[in-house]
Amino acid sequence: MTTTTLPPSEKTAPVSAPGHTTSDRARSERKLGWLLAGPALAVMLLVTAYPILQAVYDSLFDYRLTDPENRSFTGLNNYVVILSDRTWWISMAVTVAITVVTVAVELVLGFALAFVMAKALSAIRPVLRAAILIPYAVITVVSAFAWRFAFAIDTGFVNSWFGWLPGIGADTDWFGGQGSALLVVCLAEIWKTTPFISLLLLAGLAQVPEVLQEAAKVDGATWWQRLRKVTLPNMKAAIMVALLFRTLDAFRVFDSIFVMTAGANNTESVSFLAYRQTISRLEIGLGSAVSVLLFLVVVGIAALFIKGFKVDLAQARGEG
Amino acid sequence: MSSKERTWWIVAGVAIVIYALFPVAWIVSLSFKAPGDLANGQFLPTTPTDENYSTIFTGAGADLFLPALRNSFGICLIATFISCLLAMFAAYAIARLDFPGKKLILGTALGVAIFPVISIVTPLFNLWRNIGLYDTWPGLIIPYLSLTLPISIWTMSAFFREIPWEMEQAAQVDGATTWQAFRKVIVPLAAPGVFTTAIIAFFIAWNDFVYGISLTSTSAARPVPAALGLFSGASQFEDPTGAIAAAAVIVTIPVVALVLLFQRRIVAGLTNGAVKG
Repeated sequence: MTTTTLPPSEKTAPVSAPGHTTSDRARSERKLGWLLAGPALAVMLLVTAYPILQAVYDSLFDYRLTDPENRSFTGLNNYVVILSDRTWWISMAVTVAITVVTVAVELVLGFALAFVMAKALSAIRPVLRAAILIPYAVITVVSAFAWRFAFAIDTGFVNSWFGWLPGIGADTDWFGGQGSALLVVCLAEIWKTTPFISLLLLAGLAQVPEVLQEAAKVDGATWWQRLRKVTLPNMKAAIMVALLFRTLDAFRVFDSIFVMTAGANNTESVSFLAYRQTISRLEIGLGSAVSVLLFLVVVGIAALFIKGFKVDLAQARGEG
Repeated sequence: MSSKERTWWIVAGVAIVIYALFPVAWIVSLSFKAPGDLANGQFLPTTPTDENYSTIFTGAGADLFLPALRNSFGICLIATFISCLLAMFAAYAIARLDFPGKKLILGTALGVAIFPVISIVTPLFNLWRNIGLYDTWPGLIIPYLSLTLPISIWTMSAFFREIPWEMEQAAQVDGATTWQAFRKVIVPLAAPGVFTTAIIAFFIAWNDFVYGISLTSTSAARPVPAALGLFSGASQFEDPTGAIAAAAVIVTIPVVALVLLFQRRIVAGLTNGAVKG
């Protein structure tokens, strides 16, 4: 690579003694480690591994909660039913569209926000930091309502404010069509989650060594060249981590769709489809199969990021 | 920095503040609109009224809103407490002990964090109905741990790795007992990390909608976001918009208060593990 990076100068990980001879001390330390961390590990497995295994099992049955007597084994039939149904593919396309659009816009916008925060005068930095945390902290459902009411024909102000734009009038029904409804869903998602990305990118920016920037400047590199050759390569880890988490988070989109469209006009996401099958229609078998399929897709995306883009998960961390 | 450049950054800063606050300001403004005023097509109410707030606190919406508020606070605080407690032990082991399970635990936490929540809901919905946890507090607290525990472990491990643990021995050398060394040296160093982790975990639990709407059916356990999703007017002819807006403002107050009080810590908590690892 022709990019310019400095070796990480972070604190050193505790070097484990090459243990041919496991001393008593090491053994008791190991035991204590499992004793302390074991409960957390057990709880995590209990609340995720167990349910997904149960879902795999349930998905092999034709099982409706209102009709428990006629529960019968159908093998992979539920999967055949789902994968040959347009509903699944529409929800998949909607989910992918929302994910791609929101993550792409958020990355660019998040960068802009991070740059402003990094350069902002130190006097106003706390104000910016507090402001930017507010969308992150606001409940998704609340944000979805705010955006829905703003665009709605009856309660909204968007139509009267932007009536001068071609195609927008007092009776523009944003939630009446697939494209416009999804546009509003994306806007709400972008507003709510860009701050998280921008904070990760800001932390990444702070890791770019100032020395390299100065050196590039002295060598006559333009702002754009410095961005492409120095800044971006040095914050690759931060970018990939932000991208991974936001992609998987966006792929689970549910709250905004529930509040804004309830899946009307072909705006259903995969999560919403699973919810509708299980909770509304009580089709445990079909709902479980959708859940398992969604899980497999998420695992696939994660694997693609980790193997394909070589995201270093030692540097990644969890954000729900 | 030239004064022209300075103006530029200030303009950009103001744009960020407007961006962040505009939808919040809108929902606040909406919550002060009278029913007849909702469709005025304007951002601000013609004459502000507190009618919507009386609806949710003492009027027709109170039966739905007040129990939900209590449930949200109770369930989220308990889930936050349990996950911080479990995470504290795990993070101590990860940061301080040399044992082979470290990678496994951090990896599991990561896997759980990216898990599609709805995939947990389907089997739990069925199981909870069979064992009587459906529509109860524990029935939500347990799945909430899948949201709060992974981030608690990551955030707290990142904080704990920065604690200078040698100071504990130093205190003991200076004559402190083990307990004194722990209480006087380690606790004050670890407390900010634990506290910050708790705030972030609470945000995530407070934000939940999928579990809340799927695993509850009455005000016995339904949290506020789920109640908001089900809000309808006192009669089907009354527009619930104003009441929803007022309830939305009320549930936003705690998180905004936490953000304003602890913004520096929250940012550190959200980012320090991400880029340092």
